[in-house]
Amino acid sequence: MAPLALLPEISLLAGAVVALLAGSFLPQRRQWVARLVAVAALLTAGIAAALALGDPARTVFGAFVVDTPTGITRLVVVASTLLVIGLGVEELAGQVRESETYALLLLGSLGAVVLAATDDLLVLAVGFLLSSIPLYALVGLGRSARAAEAALKTYLLGALSGILLLLGCSVLFGMAGSTAYAGLATGLAGAPEAPVAVGAVGVLGGLLFKAGGVPLHFWVPDATQGAGTAAAAFLTTVPKIGALVAMIRLVDVLPGSLPWPLLLGLLAALTMTLGNLAALGQTDARRLLGWSTVSQVGYLLMPVAVVGATDAAVPALLTYLAGYAVTNLTAFAVLAGDPRTTALTDSRGLARRRPGQAAALVISLLSLVGTPPTAVFLGKLTVFTAAWDGGLAWLVVVAAVNTVISLAYYLRWLVPALSREGRPAHDGDEDDEREPDDRPWARGAAATGAVGVLAVGLGAGAVTALVAGATLG
Amino acid sequence: MLTVIVFLPLVAAAALALVRVSDRTARWAWVAATVADLALVTALCVGYETPADGGLAYEVQARWIPSVNSSYHVGVDGLSLPLVALTAIVFCACAVYSLREDRRPRQLAALFLALQATCLGLFVAQDLILFFLFFDLSIVGMYAAIAGWGHGEQRGRSALQFFLYTFLGSLALLLGFIGLYLAADPHTFDIPELVAAAPLADSPVAGGFVLAALLVGLAIKTPTVPFHTWLPPAHTDASAIGSAVLAAVLLKMGTYGFVRIAMPAMPDAWQGAAWIVLAVGVVSVLYGALVALAQTDLKRMIAYTSINHMGYVLVAVGAAGLVGSGTAARELAVTGAVTQMVSHGLLTGALFLLAGVLHQRTGSYAMGEYGGLARPAPVLAGLFAVAAFGSLGIPALSGFVAEFQVFAGSIGATAWAAIALPGILLTAALFLRALQRVFTGETRGRSVGFADVRAVQAGPVIGLLLLSLAVGVAPWPLLDVITPATSLVVELVSR
Repeated sequence: MAPLALLPEISLLAGAVVALLAGSFLPQRRQWVARLVAVAALLTAGIAAALALGDPARTVFGAFVVDTPTGITRLVVVASTLLVIGLGVEELAGQVRESETYALLLLGSLGAVVLAATDDLLVLAVGFLLSSIPLYALVGLGRSARAAEAALKTYLLGALSGILLLLGCSVLFGMAGSTAYAGLATGLAGAPEAPVAVGAVGVLGGLLFKAGGVPLHFWVPDATQGAGTAAAAFLTTVPKIGALVAMIRLVDVLPGSLPWPLLLGLLAALTMTLGNLAALGQTDARRLLGWSTVSQVGYLLMPVAVVGATDAAVPALLTYLAGYAVTNLTAFAVLAGDPRTTALTDSRGLARRRPGQAAALVISLLSLVGTPPTAVFLGKLTVFTAAWDGGLAWLVVVAAVNTVISLAYYLRWLVPALSREGRPAHDGDEDDEREPDDRPWARGAAATGAVGVLAVGLGAGAVTALVAGATLG
Repeated sequence: MLTVIVFLPLVAAAALALVRVSDRTARWAWVAATVADLALVTALCVGYETPADGGLAYEVQARWIPSVNSSYHVGVDGLSLPLVALTAIVFCACAVYSLREDRRPRQLAALFLALQATCLGLFVAQDLILFFLFFDLSIVGMYAAIAGWGHGEQRGRSALQFFLYTFLGSLALLLGFIGLYLAADPHTFDIPELVAAAPLADSPVAGGFVLAALLVGLAIKTPTVPFHTWLPPAHTDASAIGSAVLAAVLLKMGTYGFVRIAMPAMPDAWQGAAWIVLAVGVVSVLYGALVALAQTDLKRMIAYTSINHMGYVLVAVGAAGLVGSGTAARELAVTGAVTQMVSHGLLTGALFLLAGVLHQRTGSYAMGEYGGLARPAPVLAGLFAVAAFGSLGIPALSGFVAEFQVFAGSIGATAWAAIALPGILLTAALFLRALQRVFTGETRGRSVGFADVRAVQAGPVIGLLLLSLAVGVAPWPLLDVITPATSLVVELVSR
């Protein structure tokens, strides 16, 4: 029965393989079949994950935990990837590498789920590679000079942090004599502090790269700006989910000989502050979202810091992850629906041209700020509560101040979008008062996302009931 | 019943936002929705009976976020019912006033109806998260009102300043709420449960920090000195109805928070901070009046008098925390504070609507550019004079009832409250000077050829002033509603 518990993962893997094979045989104009394969695989994975959600926690193959955090991660990852495909339909359709893109998206999702579900360092390393390598390719698929540079930057930083992660794994293995987390918890208890610190920092550093947290965040804004919209939406959302759940699992078993809450709390404060301050000066919408995602990782690190101190940490992290994923993807979907938007001022007059899109943008940006009744507000509420309860009240104050700073740049995007003037003229598109290429799928994805943001915020009872009592298996 | 009252404007707002009706239909639909809501609120007031033992009338509680003990919990008592009624009245007045509005009236109606729903929701909320939800949404709505329908070159900047300031306040408030939640055992966001438990009574340090967060959050919204700097630009650049709603309803959210949450849920900390609140109140009264006296812009002047008038409320609630002085005096002070919230809403709403007429006709609020306006516009002059006299506390209007109680009660609790008395004198001086400069003397400047106020603009103002007169002449129906609740607040804060 053990393999059946991995049905979501198996269907993601099978979907990736079939999409890749199908892509090699299909003619260029029939590549939409690969899209159908990918969507079917995701739906299968999602349904299987949903059905398994109520089951008691268990471990498969001694290294893969199937519990509530894994279940929620699977659902969020699958829903996010579906939204990414939805917002990318028009962008990807007819591209040379269309079916390969779907295969990469599925493999990246699989990597994120593996990262989140493992409780063994070796499988963690596999999950890291599985979720990293597709990303390099996804970033570079755009084939522009900027995309090539972004891919190279991501790759170099990824290779470095991969080495860091493997180094950390081997040091921890050497100290504890086991790679399983259960073995780490007992084996590290009496171990000398310095090597434990080196090993743990190495592993956490690798995961910080995946999450896009300071100090391994440099690739995020460049990759977000350089990659295609769908790829950017994917890489600012899905790898984070896997990395942060993996971090909270690891931090939970680290020995208390070092002040991990303080260290992670400082990292959280640094990440949110740096991301926010850098975002303040951005004029490019994608780059702004790139820095905004860095700052959001800061909030996501708050429950990780207090996982040992309060039961509320894991549910809070899962709530924030779900809320952040749908919100961030909605913002990207609005960008995907209006492909000519690069600078913030290009959104000018959006409310007049496309009121529905403007509404989706308002909802997603207000959610990123944390205004009720949206998804991220619910996330902030639970995360703040958990951090305070876990003894990091100072971090909550820092986070609140940061939220006000973030308001300034989100509003800088909202103001032109809601203004009544037309967009500024670009060189070479004087005839563009006629509507640009219509993108109904992307606009549909934005609308779906906006509804999702409000549904998570207003249906807070259902969301919190789902994650309530989620503990690490 | 309460749910219908809160969500009726929201449903109307959604309908107006989605359906492209003609401007004329939109304006009348707006009036119809506010009148219907006002009728429901009137029925609510008629059927209201003071609930026994500090309970709530028309209470409804439904599951919302059970895992953090937060629910959709609404209900009214003597503290909230007058403000619910005030909200319905002011928004109705604004809808009628805007029957001549030709700047995107459909969107304006949708925005104001949504704003009305958030204001009503805040005053009936009995759960901190629900309270916070409406508190934050009112900021978003007001931002759109200033940025979208304000006037002046700086309106985007003023709106941003307003948003940043009040949003910072709301986050401080959220921190305070989370502190209260964590301190309560079992953890809960329910206001009546928190009031009954007074969770931070035994931890003065944590209690001090939580109350500080609540005070900062509410003080920014109120606003008091030194957190008032967002207010004058916001008022200057907002439209007439935007200013009226901001001053008449939104400012009350801060002072309402004091009596609803901060005082009863944190009695010990409040007693400790009472002198600070009192001092801030006194400074706000005097500073607001003095700065208002120095203004040359009529609308800015009215804005600064709001700081002065909200200062009275702070003096009263501060005095109420001085346990050891007479209970009767402190009850009187808090009753005066709630009455002042209602009175200020009616009178300042009227003043801002009237000031809007000036801008609509000539585009200027500068008092120096007018003179002798009473001759071409006698109705405007008469209404403005009545509102101004009410605002400076002349007997027979609501302001007198409120301020008399505030001072009688506060000075009864501590003689130091008397320092705020010159504020009344200063207010009288500045209103009389404004009346004199704008309305009396030789007709000159922009007053020449000024058309008098239209019926559709005068009507709502007359309505507000008549209500103020009713409260001033026969205050007992209002006081009968307020007094049981305020004596309960004083009892709770004396624990």
